[in-house]
Amino acid sequence: MKSKARPLGRKAAGRTMHAGPFTYAVLALFTAVSLAPLIWTAIAASRTSGRLAQTPPPVWFGGNLFKNLERAWTEASLGDAMLNTTIVAGSITIGTVLFSTVAGFAFAKLKFRFSGALLLLTIGTMMVPPQLSVVPLYLWVADLQWTNQLQAVILPTFVSAFGVFFMRQYLLQALPGELIEAARMDGASSLRIIWHVVFPAARPAMAVLGLLTFVMAWNDFLWPIIALNQSNPTVQVALNSLGTGYIPDRAVIMAGALLGTLPLLLAFILFGKQIVSGIMQGAVKG
Amino acid sequence: MTHVSETAEYAETASPGEGDAAPAATGSKASRTPSPWRSRLYRWDIKASPYVFVAPFFLFFGAFGLFPLLYTGWASLHRLELTNLDDSTWLGLDNYTNLLRSEYFWNALGNTFTIGVISTVPQLAIALGIAHLLNYKLRGSTLWRVAMLAPYATSVASASLVFTLLFAWDGGMVNWLIGSVGFDPVNWRESSWGSQFAVSSIVIWRWTGYNALIYLAAMQAVPHDLYESAALDGASRWQQFRHVTIPMLRPTILFTVVVSTIGATQLFGEPLLFGGTAGSKGGADHQFQTLGLYLYDQGWINGHLGRASAVAWLMLVILLLIAAVNMLIARRLRKDR
Repeated sequence: MKSKARPLGRKAAGRTMHAGPFTYAVLALFTAVSLAPLIWTAIAASRTSGRLAQTPPPVWFGGNLFKNLERAWTEASLGDAMLNTTIVAGSITIGTVLFSTVAGFAFAKLKFRFSGALLLLTIGTMMVPPQLSVVPLYLWVADLQWTNQLQAVILPTFVSAFGVFFMRQYLLQALPGELIEAARMDGASSLRIIWHVVFPAARPAMAVLGLLTFVMAWNDFLWPIIALNQSNPTVQVALNSLGTGYIPDRAVIMAGALLGTLPLLLAFILFGKQIVSGIMQGAVKG
Repeated sequence: MTHVSETAEYAETASPGEGDAAPAATGSKASRTPSPWRSRLYRWDIKASPYVFVAPFFLFFGAFGLFPLLYTGWASLHRLELTNLDDSTWLGLDNYTNLLRSEYFWNALGNTFTIGVISTVPQLAIALGIAHLLNYKLRGSTLWRVAMLAPYATSVASASLVFTLLFAWDGGMVNWLIGSVGFDPVNWRESSWGSQFAVSSIVIWRWTGYNALIYLAAMQAVPHDLYESAALDGASRWQQFRHVTIPMLRPTILFTVVVSTIGATQLFGEPLLFGGTAGSKGGADHQFQTLGLYLYDQGWINGHLGRASAVAWLMLVILLLIAAVNMLIARRLRKDR
């Protein structure tokens, strides 16, 4: 690319172009495509399975929503599954946010031997696919007789390399070195500094990381379906057995899919802005 | 908790041999504290706390990440059956040679590749276009972004169940739509290309908005004056997009290509649920069985955990190859500039 630097006397306002009607039309189309399957899930969940096998498929709501939701809740044990998933995702979120903040702080602001190599190792692990550890993890879980117990799903994802890296990138900028120096001058111990300086400075990023982690943990699929089964499932495990013919009723299956997504959609409506900015932040710096 | 006991905790966890790692400045600062005993604790604290802070991550990572990774390598060299976990016999490379002789392994590898290409390429291209549109000054810009990201909040399982129904042979929305414009219905689950397309569409739907946001973030970091000078040179908007935006986004595009490739290599939940009862086989004829599914099928349906481990290590080799190719391309691109 040729760089053509020009003497700039004017303000560089060049890129704030207003969108025309064409832009809005195309965006509206893409928004429709991204929302339609979700809306249609709700429509299908409000019908009967007989109606769903007919052509043309329903495009508006029917009257069976609550009946189907109730069947999914009890027959497919989605109620228990949602409680389990809340416990799993909640624990993982707490672990990830806490340990990522502390480790991220060490990598961002403290000098210690091997910090560069350890950080590189941390980033490197993000490339390793989860398939590479499922066999030994399964042997382990079987050995400890943790099959079907929630800790089998919580512990392997309790910390996250992405989280450490995310917090490090944030704290590099958000936490002035002088603040730590000043606290040290006052004789504050490292724990006090974590509590009184690092946590307050990191709070916005901790919230964003927490949301992203919760979404990921809620949706985790491969390891839970290996470690758990229908007797004590997470939502994804329960949905998997719905899909493989546990209950062949299409409308109930859709009610299950709707239930499994609803909490996250709610989180999106409430915290959408933060989640969006979190993904964009992670992207620029990553 | 008192200050002293906090520092004492650190002193206990400090590993010996890091003594000379203390920054030189510590000594002068510590000399300000009154008692020598306290100042020693303080120095220990400074030296040890970074390790204490990173320790939890590395403990968990070592136990649940690194150790299993190596153990998978060991297991791949053994006969290890789900029905008898305590018994393993040394096989050497037999698992690997058997895999390389198995047509289903190559079938899964091929499917992973084709599904990977037809899901990643359109996904990233559309994401780039959406990002470009989102980069205009928009009314309600946050609302657009959140709406585009909604599929990301949908789990693999939910999304796959919905798409399975949308692509159903009887009463499926997709067949009804193509029927209403005069085409014959497609058997999305049994036909080879149809099922691969359907599985890919789940991936595309879930991840396009996410990638669009990553591109948007990168676009917003492009200096304004580059566009200004391009505009002064008479470049149209399309030319600005091609000659300013795309080159400036090259590192980000490469990043998303790498991430999506890794994701495509691991594809598992979408084909599993799309296949219904024949899920782990990837359909009756294995027509959309991916490597991830093949691993699960070998390990937990057929019970050959040793063989599944070998699949896992072959996946790692494939990923490393892809990473190497990516790096070569990146270097080539940099030279071309």
